[in-house]
Amino acid sequence: MLLTVENLQKSFPSADGPVPVLRGVSFSLAAGRTLALTGESGSGKSTLLHLCAGLDAPDAGRIVIEGRDIAAQSDAGRAAMRRDTVGLVFQQFNLIPSLSVADNLSFHARLAGRDDPDRDAALAERLGLAAHLAKFPEQLSGGQQQRVAIGRVLAARPHLILADEPTGNLDEATGAAVLDLMLELVAESGAAFLMVTHSERLAARLDARLHLRAGQVE
Amino acid sequence: MRDDRIPARLARGLQPMLLGLTAFLALLPVPAPAQGFAGLGQGGEGFALPTPDPVFTFPADHGAHPDYRIEWWYLTASLQDAEGTRYGIQWTLFRSALAAEGPQIWMGHLGVTTPDAHYTGEKLARGGIGQAGVVPAPFEAWIDDWVLAGPDLDTLSLRAATAEAGYDLSFTATGPLVFHGEDGFSVKSTSGQASYYYSQPFYEVAGTLDLPSGPVEVTGRGWLDREWSSQPLEDDQEGWDWFSLHLEDGHRLMASQMRGGSPYSYAAWIEPDGTLTPYPNGVLELEPLATSPVAGREVPTRWRLRLPDRGVDLEVTAVNPDSWQSTLFPYWEGPVTAVGSHAAEGYLEMTGYE
Amino acid sequence: MTRAALQALWSHWRRHPLQLLTLVVGLALATGLWTGVQAINAQARLSYDQAAATLGQDRLPRLEGDLTLADFAAARRGGWIVSPVLEDRLPGTGLTLYGIDPFTLPPTPGGVMPDLSDPGVLRAFLAGELVFAAAATLPRVPDTLPEGRVLEGLAPGLVMADLTAARRWLGAEGITRLLFDGGPGTPEALAETLGARVERPESDGDLARLTDSFHLNLTAFGLLAFVVGLFIVHATIGLAFEQRRTLFRTLRALGLPQRRLGWLLAGELLAFTLVSGTLGVVLGYAVAAALLPGVAATLSGLYGAGVAGSLTLSPLWWLSGFAMAGLGMAVAGAASLRRLATLPILAPAMPRAWARAQRRTVARQGWAGLGLLAVSAFIAALGDGLIAGFATLGALLLGAALLLPPVLLAVLDAGTALAKGAVAQWLWADTRQQVPGLSLALMALLLALAANIGVGTMVGSFRATFEGWLDQRLASELYVTARSEAQADEIAAFLAPRTEAVLPIVSAEADLAGAPGEVYGVADHSTYRENWPLLDALPQVWDRLAAGEGVLVNEQLARREDLWPGTRLTLAATGPLPVLGVYSDYGNTRGQAILGLATFEAAYPEARRLRFGVRIAPGEADALADILADRFDLSAEQVVPQATIKQFSLDVFERTFAVTAALNVLTLGVAGFALWASLTTLGTMRLPQVAPVWALGLTRAELALADLGRAVLLGLLTALVAVPVGIALAWVLLAVVNVQAFGWRLPLLPDPGGWVALGGWTLIASALAAALPALRLWRMPPAEMVKVFAHER
Repeated sequence: MLLTVENLQKSFPSADGPVPVLRGVSFSLAAGRTLALTGESGSGKSTLLHLCAGLDAPDAGRIVIEGRDIAAQSDAGRAAMRRDTVGLVFQQFNLIPSLSVADNLSFHARLAGRDDPDRDAALAERLGLAAHLAKFPEQLSGGQQQRVAIGRVLAARPHLILADEPTGNLDEATGAAVLDLMLELVAESGAAFLMVTHSERLAARLDARLHLRAGQVE
Repeated sequence: MRDDRIPARLARGLQPMLLGLTAFLALLPVPAPAQGFAGLGQGGEGFALPTPDPVFTFPADHGAHPDYRIEWWYLTASLQDAEGTRYGIQWTLFRSALAAEGPQIWMGHLGVTTPDAHYTGEKLARGGIGQAGVVPAPFEAWIDDWVLAGPDLDTLSLRAATAEAGYDLSFTATGPLVFHGEDGFSVKSTSGQASYYYSQPFYEVAGTLDLPSGPVEVTGRGWLDREWSSQPLEDDQEGWDWFSLHLEDGHRLMASQMRGGSPYSYAAWIEPDGTLTPYPNGVLELEPLATSPVAGREVPTRWRLRLPDRGVDLEVTAVNPDSWQSTLFPYWEGPVTAVGSHAAEGYLEMTGYE
Repeated sequence: MTRAALQALWSHWRRHPLQLLTLVVGLALATGLWTGVQAINAQARLSYDQAAATLGQDRLPRLEGDLTLADFAAARRGGWIVSPVLEDRLPGTGLTLYGIDPFTLPPTPGGVMPDLSDPGVLRAFLAGELVFAAAATLPRVPDTLPEGRVLEGLAPGLVMADLTAARRWLGAEGITRLLFDGGPGTPEALAETLGARVERPESDGDLARLTDSFHLNLTAFGLLAFVVGLFIVHATIGLAFEQRRTLFRTLRALGLPQRRLGWLLAGELLAFTLVSGTLGVVLGYAVAAALLPGVAATLSGLYGAGVAGSLTLSPLWWLSGFAMAGLGMAVAGAASLRRLATLPILAPAMPRAWARAQRRTVARQGWAGLGLLAVSAFIAALGDGLIAGFATLGALLLGAALLLPPVLLAVLDAGTALAKGAVAQWLWADTRQQVPGLSLALMALLLALAANIGVGTMVGSFRATFEGWLDQRLASELYVTARSEAQADEIAAFLAPRTEAVLPIVSAEADLAGAPGEVYGVADHSTYRENWPLLDALPQVWDRLAAGEGVLVNEQLARREDLWPGTRLTLAATGPLPVLGVYSDYGNTRGQAILGLATFEAAYPEARRLRFGVRIAPGEADALADILADRFDLSAEQVVPQATIKQFSLDVFERTFAVTAALNVLTLGVAGFALWASLTTLGTMRLPQVAPVWALGLTRAELALADLGRAVLLGLLTALVAVPVGIALAWVLLAVVNVQAFGWRLPLLPDPGGWVALGGWTLIASALAAALPALRLWRMPPAEMVKVFAHER
């Protein structure tokens, strides 16, 4: 298994004491497989994704990626894992506004030390961004920006790609086009793919599906 | 042209600063329950004191006597113009020593009186620098540009002016100097305070008054008092009334009284040839007949004056009841006329009315 | 509705207490420094006015010259209303003694006069047993004078005594002047009879005129601090406005009329103004109280002007402090209120658009900055006068400040282009991204740094030049002042066989090209030939001077009247004389001329020969001083070793610039605060830009370190830009402002060591300013950062 999650627990502090968000979630994902993570708002799906990405540490449980338990890693260890193993796509795109499209595209790959300009160029071509490489993110449309974000992940060739509502900020037609392209490229890359969505329709297009309710797998 | 604003400003400004010179005539800062007018009743430590049987040396004694605390050259004149309108002028130079062998201060007073106006002037100077002083011969007494001068005391010219009024007059004596009290030793109280005191009461005066309305040619009779002392007033004497009268028949009469706890009067009857008869305390009778409101107080401006010994019984009336000298220490000084046993003209000085 | 709206508006400040603090403290600092400087100026002017108004001298013409009491008495007897005054310094006390004549002193409406109404007081005063002085001056009255009595309102450093007593104490033979209050003619008519000259009150105002430049300097500093403070306030208000845009829209959508919202916001600003104004005025008082003794020392040392060391402030000053705070708030808040008026009810929140607009503003500012620099150069080339000098300064500083962001952007662009590696490239690019948000704070820092470098360079140049000049000018080892000419002859005879040379120092007051000044006579001696600091001279200048062929003038006079070698100076006592040379004469504000000794003695026979410079082997000077003091019964003020004078002069110099240094530090402090406030604010705003980089695999520690590095980089770049600006500033101060203010020009001596040190301090200050925000980033819980990705925007 590329990713194994065991009995994951996470709560967040609030004024009335800790609020449990994940209450013992377990699942696994093999390389080359795609998994949809669904659930209502507040069900804990985004938190689960963020924990898997090594953005935050769980309160209890294990997240094993390629044999390493990232829950036990230090801050720096998790950062290294984010850089080398995981790729993230957000609803909010989260490009780096001070860098050009070209630099955004290659940024993650360069951080991971896997930059390949030829591959970047090919990716830009595939993503329809070739004409926009010198521009800055704020000059692009939402669909274009999300394509840059996807390109950034793919260029870094991570083994696990995590996406949080990647099309949630786009209109339906654009969203569908972007998703098609993403699935296609993920399939080509052979990475495992975990996507948070609240859309049944989108979830149906992935290999498997995990539904969360109140912090537990249903 | 003279700057018209100056004297007014001068007077205004001097007031706050030199108010203390109310103590001008006086002297050591000994607080006393009743200090007497202008502090004249205070002690005289370290100063020379007048003694009986004086021997005067002229012209030297016309000059200053700095060993004595206080001294004055006091000139008044009762005047008339061609139409018979009455005027009066006063010019006084005071000398005061703040301490024995201490700083000398000089003060000049000017008064010009018409029947309906009175003009006052005042000047101050320190001694020893030439701004004010007296030279006996040829005689000159001055403060700033106010000058009384002549070859001797018999022939004097007087020039002084304020921005409002002034005079340029000549004084010619027609009789000798006269000496008050006992040959010039004049007792001022029952306990013996005294001064050296002589007068020249026989001046014929002619000249010009400068009034705001224009110059007026005047003639009349003048009177010079010379007096110096160190302790002229009894502690409880408040002030004095002093008359100098030219009687129509050629006699002159000086009459004065000290008011207060120990009243004291003295008078001098002067023959046309200068023979002087002094009258001791109690002979002279002075009675205020009417008062006038002057400068916020009541001042007697009509008097009954009697010297029964000489058959003198006069009713003396001020030419201008408002003859108020609004100087640092203010007093009443102005021309008078008299009717009764004699017709007379002259000057009245009243101090110490509160 | 209004109440609810107020609550909503206020909740922003409750959630952003730091912003609130920045706003209030920024305005309070701006107001405080400005009002503090104003308080100092007001206090000094009050003291000058008191000094000028002493005895009504601000109102009355004065007759000055060689006057005696006999002249006074003669004038009085001629009907002139004049009053004698003796005025002189009390040796060794820094006090001025006024001898007055209470009997003739003209009244001064509302003026300060001793109360002599008590006969005992009058007697003591006239007898020289009593003097008057202000309460602050009394303790300085020496024991050699009699009892002192308080006379409030008397100018600081002034002792009033009776004329006769003062003449005795000062050993004066004549009087200094006659106050003229009227008489039978004009003052000039009287002056002619007495052989005196007339000084009109208008033609003087000496102290006020002399010290004008000093106060203008202070005002410029105060204004600089105020502007720096306004940068902070403006930035904060702008930010708060942007952050509350959504709130404004909501309030308006809920039915709050736009006009009322405008009034509410204006009222909010007014409330801040009142709070900050109060704080600022209190701060200003503290600043003024702390600096005033130094200023007083400066003014006393530089101009001999007595200034009270304690503050007496009028209600007007307090009001003006509030007015300044209000003005600052209005200037800083106007733009935001105007934007509110044009805010469409349904416009989306656009933080990015704000950033873009900022970037356009930066470009516009760059052009404006270039324009201002051109204006500055233009004024420097063509302008004349102190005001032009300060206009040059103002345009230079403002232009440089406006030009700073474009310059920084260009440098950072170059850095981005040259950067290798993703992180390095991101660091450069992200720093560039920060420039618009930090530009105001960085401009403030630039202004403070440039002022520091400029003023520091000026002071350093001045100090070096001044020390060198002192060494030249004070060539004699010993300076002796005799009590009388007879004693002077005795001393000279005594010294002749024991020393290398005895050089007479003689001087006379004279009219120099229409203004009062001094003429000196100097012997023909190698001391002058070898040492005298000539700026410009004809060949054989000393031979020709000794031969009576001309005159030397000091730099002040030369510059003021354009008297350079080849021109002529006319002295009343000599007629026209060719100017043979010009010498530097720092620390003097008056014109001065030097004649050969023979020429001088012929021209000014009445000048008293009391002073000498004595040349002797330096090691023997102290011993000789002791011998002289014993043998001729001379005091320490009468026999002064060269070293003592030098030390005194240098002390005066150091005190003179102590205040400048203090203001420099304060301005730098304000700029540091601005940087800190901006960085802290940006820290929160920038989270969405930092979080993706963190998500892509950088640790929070790395990011925090990057923030620190960015701040240091920006500080360093700003410091680098500040160096040329500061040098330009120093040049303007030395070549334009000093010449106008003091009458001398100084060479610019660069001080690279000082600049490096200042650069170091800047780096430390930048790092400190960035430390707290960086620490916050480092310690930020991941959940906080993750929120960026989850946030509904």
